[in-house]
Amino acid sequence: MKTSNLLKGAALGALFAAGALAPAMAQDSVYFANNAYRTGPFSGSGIPIGDGMRDYIAMINERDGGVNGVKVIYEECETGYDTKKSIECYEQAKSKNTIVYSPWSTGATLAAIPRAHVDKIPILSMAYGLSSSADGTNFPWVFIPPFTYWDGASVMVKHMAAELGGMDKLKGKKLGLIHLDAPFGKEPIPVLENLAKKYGFELKLYPVAAADMQNQGSLWLSIRRDRPDYLYNQGWGAMNPTAVKEAAKNNFPMNKLVGVWWAGGDDDARAGGEQAKGYKSLSWTLAGTEAPAMQDILKHVVDKGKSTTPKEKVGEALYNRGVYNAMLVVEGIRNAQKLTGKKVINSEDMRRGLESLNLTEARLKEIGLGGFVTPTTISCTDHSGHSKMFVSEWDGTKWTKKGDWVEPLKDEVRPLIESNAKDYVEKAGNWPKRTESCEKSS
Amino acid sequence: MSDIATRPAPNLLANPLVKAGLIVAAIVAALAIGVRLDTSNTLYAIFVDPFQQMVQAPDLLVQTIWEGLVSGVLYALIALGFVLIFKASGVFNFAQGIMVVFAALTLVGLYEKGVPAFLAVILTLGVMFALAVTIERVVLRPLVNQPDIILFMATFGITYFLIGFGESLFGGNPKQMIAEQLYLPKGAVDLQILGGLVSLQKIDIAAALIASLMIAALAAFFQYTRIGRALRAVADSHKAALSVGISLNQIWVIVWFTAGIVALITGIMWGARSDVSFALEIVALKALPVLILGGFTSIPGAIVGGLIIGIGEKLGEFYWGPLIGGGIESWLAYFIALGFLLFRPQGLFGDKIIERI
Amino acid sequence: MLYREAGQYKSSYASDMAVFPLKEDRIGIAVILAIALVAIPFLGSDFFIASVMIPFLVFSLAAIGLNILTGYTGLISLGTAAFMGVGAYSCYKLTTLFPGVNIIVLILLSGLFSAGIGVLFGLPSLRIKGFYLAVATLAAQFFLQWAFVRVPWLFNYNASGAIEVPQRTLFDIPLTGASATPETRYFVCLGLVVVLTWFASNIVHGKLGRSWMAVRDMDIAAELMGIKLLNAKLMAFAVSSYFCGVAGAMMIFLWYGGGEAADVFSIRLSFNILFMVIIGGLGSLIGSFFGAAFLSILPTALKFGLPALGIPIQGAAAEHVTFMLVGALIITFLIVEPHGLARLWQIGKQKLRTWPFPY
Repeated sequence: MKTSNLLKGAALGALFAAGALAPAMAQDSVYFANNAYRTGPFSGSGIPIGDGMRDYIAMINERDGGVNGVKVIYEECETGYDTKKSIECYEQAKSKNTIVYSPWSTGATLAAIPRAHVDKIPILSMAYGLSSSADGTNFPWVFIPPFTYWDGASVMVKHMAAELGGMDKLKGKKLGLIHLDAPFGKEPIPVLENLAKKYGFELKLYPVAAADMQNQGSLWLSIRRDRPDYLYNQGWGAMNPTAVKEAAKNNFPMNKLVGVWWAGGDDDARAGGEQAKGYKSLSWTLAGTEAPAMQDILKHVVDKGKSTTPKEKVGEALYNRGVYNAMLVVEGIRNAQKLTGKKVINSEDMRRGLESLNLTEARLKEIGLGGFVTPTTISCTDHSGHSKMFVSEWDGTKWTKKGDWVEPLKDEVRPLIESNAKDYVEKAGNWPKRTESCEKSS
Repeated sequence: MSDIATRPAPNLLANPLVKAGLIVAAIVAALAIGVRLDTSNTLYAIFVDPFQQMVQAPDLLVQTIWEGLVSGVLYALIALGFVLIFKASGVFNFAQGIMVVFAALTLVGLYEKGVPAFLAVILTLGVMFALAVTIERVVLRPLVNQPDIILFMATFGITYFLIGFGESLFGGNPKQMIAEQLYLPKGAVDLQILGGLVSLQKIDIAAALIASLMIAALAAFFQYTRIGRALRAVADSHKAALSVGISLNQIWVIVWFTAGIVALITGIMWGARSDVSFALEIVALKALPVLILGGFTSIPGAIVGGLIIGIGEKLGEFYWGPLIGGGIESWLAYFIALGFLLFRPQGLFGDKIIERI
Repeated sequence: MLYREAGQYKSSYASDMAVFPLKEDRIGIAVILAIALVAIPFLGSDFFIASVMIPFLVFSLAAIGLNILTGYTGLISLGTAAFMGVGAYSCYKLTTLFPGVNIIVLILLSGLFSAGIGVLFGLPSLRIKGFYLAVATLAAQFFLQWAFVRVPWLFNYNASGAIEVPQRTLFDIPLTGASATPETRYFVCLGLVVVLTWFASNIVHGKLGRSWMAVRDMDIAAELMGIKLLNAKLMAFAVSSYFCGVAGAMMIFLWYGGGEAADVFSIRLSFNILFMVIIGGLGSLIGSFFGAAFLSILPTALKFGLPALGIPIQGAAAEHVTFMLVGALIITFLIVEPHGLARLWQIGKQKLRTWPFPY
């Protein structure tokens, strides 16, 4: 029994080795592994994201024949939002020489950060993961564009102030934070606490245990008792539609409920039906298919039947986030090619490419996303960009942009990021010092 | 091993060492909580303040109890599925949770394929029947006479299989329950009482009514029909039932099918309250304390247990939860059940355990 | 022919009481150890060692721990993951409080904290039996999991709320942290598992183990024979939780290398380990290894093995097929051999003993 297992394992090992060689032999391709979760309790959020990423890369391969002629081989590794499987996926991606690792869960990101610094694989955790990893000096291998959860929390406070009529009006108000009772959900607490102290508003916490995601009755009773003026929802998966439904049920004014960007899926809001109208969420990508790049996806991929995405799902809020993430990867590759002069880049080139990524409005226009997504600039020290975002509103059928692009309170967030990054590095003991040289932003 | 659940409990609470241990545990827990609180008014916060709140805002108290009542009914529904199967076949059916999801997904999936709502319900019942027959043929029949824990394990195999099967058929994304098409009411009844507003969701009222009707129907079924009598005979003794000519296989199919119907109704109700996704499977774990509290073999036990757990955890979370940071609902139910168990180790309505050497 | 006891006489008490009384068994175990110590680290790829072997070893140890409680003493526990979590968090607290002490020592010490918590939640077992006891351990599971998130002292007030595994070395070779190679981590795991298995084997074959089995078979009878139920049951909880705690510390420090531990030590893990014990064989140490191999290696092998063998399924479909296959295999195995893989192993040995002339 034991030996037969070992044999099986050895055979598998050999096959993996063979698998790793295959992409290297095809000269004009780079391999990109993406963690996806199309199964499990969080699949409602995972499926549209995975679809968006897959379709954008397919579009680049179809329309342009890859990035400067180099095909991007996109492979999904199913995690079911389970950290154990994510770690397997990381090892698998590493053995296949992925140019960038895309963890798609905060837990997976946390587990991968130390490894990536040794294995020299850049992590692209787009607007999720460890907020302090925006500090490029201490985390040269982690990228968290276009902003962190802490930026999001600061924009929430700004939004509240704007509606109330100024930062000074915040005094004496109550902000409630509904959050998943896990590190992901607790992420905005330090920033909100700081801001609450500074502007004199009160912060109330409403944790939701993962097991009670669809059973939030008593939490909403507490909200009824406390009567917060605004609610910020840091939720994910099945927790979001339940929260929207409960808000409607408890007569909480829907326009005072604002979700983090991951709580802004179409399915999340749709669950509330007619009453969900006015539900808000932070975002940095406009929903819809008007952008030229989105049209290209429809034309080259979806209409040709090369995608499994149903056509009506193209352009949903989370789908477009997936597109944005894939676009970051593609632009990172392009930038790396420019810097190194190589066509087929490796993971270290990719890191350089991401670090000097400068997605200006003009560049976004060339890509076909100008005006639809936030421009962002990553630099050697700032791995996030702290870019602008906007508040979007559910109008009953789709997400629409409401109000202007808002800049996060970078002065509040940045010192916190730096002190926390230092803390992380100190506690880790013997953290590798940054040896990678800085690129000039292109 | 096999009759582990049916053995008695020597009264070890009489043992001074155990008593001392429990007291120490209680003190440690109290201290741990105390440290988190402002020590000067800890006692006030625990023993006085919540009751003051109840008196000051009776409308919230009523609302909390109502919420507890409704979730209690829904827990009881899941627990009912467990009890039916445990009574008739001695199987601790871990798969009940996934059966709820599977039934609800089948219903919604069929509707999305264009089947009219009520036809979809009938077809789903057909699917649940097919599932019951398959489980009986493939899993239960070959495993007859095995220890409880092996049968328990087998239902875990069923769970794994149904997760994979359900997701590959219907996809993993959450779906909306077709509540309107099934003529389930929407909206709320707002009552102006006790100086405040108590809002009762119509869907919750419907859930409570449907659950009561179903429980009454099941009780009548068990009491007055031939099959019901056979079921009770099987529950009393497999061998005696066989000797008077009751077909165990047939009874098992009926029981699993009944559990399937209960699962479908549970799925519709939970689905209408949030949505239909695999996350519902986790909620099913809440049925375990209910089951333990009520006793594995008692239908009234499942209901009373459900209500105690539902109301207890909502009151606990609402009035005492904020003292230690909230979110205590996830474990409070188990502690409530544990408290009852220390006094009645076979649950409130469970069969009395008689032990012989 | 190759495997039989004929002619091997036991001429001293020591040899009569040996764990492996047969020469063939001793050779067998030596071969397995040689493969584990030499062949795997030198021939296996990093992926194989890090994602197949290390998880297998960690789960084996946890399964041994639960087997002591469920298989040997007959007490069902669904709180295994929480007890593992206690081990992981104590190890983290210990290594940040005493950075100078070697991490292996701390991993072994952290099991003691887990044992203490285990005893506390084991107290109700004196009154509650069977599936009813499961709820007491579930209370432990959910309460501890809540505490892991809610008590920031446990994770040193990290902003990420996760255990951030620091680098710890032995003779300048990093054992934990990112720069520790899979091979090093594998050797540490292997060493711990081998030593603790030997330890467990001695316990279950000794006086304590016999009293556990007596309690399992009928506790009232055991009590009448003079076994103190209180001591036997609480010792079972203590020893079992010790093993689980060590496994938990290994899991975070040698396998995961940090992460959201509250999410890791969830109810799912508890169930998984219980199923490893049942599939492997209740009351069998070697069964714990078989069970861990079956439930931890099989899904990984299916997920990554099928595409590698050229079967073109991937992503969600592969996950679904894996779920269905594992479910079907569990049922098949239970039907074929309800007493677990360990019984199959025994039958195999018996066949080998009479081969080639079965009588």
